[in-house]
Amino acid sequence: MVEWTDFERATIQDIFSKMDYEVVGPAALSRCLIVYPWTQRYFGNFGNLYNAAAIMGNPMVAKHGTTILNSLERGVKKMDNIKETYAELSKLHSEKLRVDPDNFKLLSDCLTIVVAAQLGKAFTGEVQAAFQKFMAVVVSSLGRQYY
Amino acid sequence: MSLTAKDKDTVRAFWTKVSGKSAEIGSDALSRMLVVYPQTKTYFSHWKDLSPGSEPVKKHGKSVMGGVADAVTKIDDLNAGLLTLSELHAFTLRVDPANFKILSHNILVVMAIMYPKDFTPEVHVAMDKFLAALSRALAEKYR
Repeated sequence: MVEWTDFERATIQDIFSKMDYEVVGPAALSRCLIVYPWTQRYFGNFGNLYNAAAIMGNPMVAKHGTTILNSLERGVKKMDNIKETYAELSKLHSEKLRVDPDNFKLLSDCLTIVVAAQLGKAFTGEVQAAFQKFMAVVVSSLGRQYY
Repeated sequence: MSLTAKDKDTVRAFWTKVSGKSAEIGSDALSRMLVVYPQTKTYFSHWKDLSPGSEPVKKHGKSVMGGVADAVTKIDDLNAGLLTLSELHAFTLRVDPANFKILSHNILVVMAIMYPKDFTPEVHVAMDKFLAALSRALAEKYR
């Protein structure tokens, strides 16, 4: 089981409670599709992803970005059992969506950068460490059901 | 994944904007790396103070960004331009190249923090590609 310090718990709760999912989600997902364009392979039915402007204005990308953040919130609420929280989603991503689990890390890096830009100086090294630890645990859980 | 002409222009333009603060960027990125990825501290056991913003960290952050600045001017041929630095990292420092990715990530995080409006997705992809190309050039002489 993952051990969380009081600081880490408080930091994660704080970051997510202040976050506007409808801004951060779309920003993170569109950044991922722009910075790592091969990730677009999973969104063939999303319509126009032809360039950065199209991606950033795409309503399906925005909706999915928000969905992802809402799903992350489940992990925030159950930090002591993230593995079980994402067991179903892991199966979905592996068996139905067939997403290469390396992509989870790419999205996670983009989310880190979006959150950093939002929080500015408040995103200290310690806060970054807590955030990245949380994301690493989520990413690991999402990759668990692959075989 | 080589740099297009557009990537190079974007990198040069963004670098012009941020180069005045490059020492601060370097110090913050290095400080962050040592805190968020504690395994990187193994390369600095000879420093007396590894805490964020300490003298050795600030000094070394400035050196590293000096290398990045130099790489921007040599963006058209990074392998040739970074030959000496690559030899240094390969034969003397022997830093595992996986760490270049780690430091690059932290440089990008600091850029996002310091320049939230300018560090757009387009600038992000160009800088990510540039730092990756720089890292490859730095690892060129390893084996």
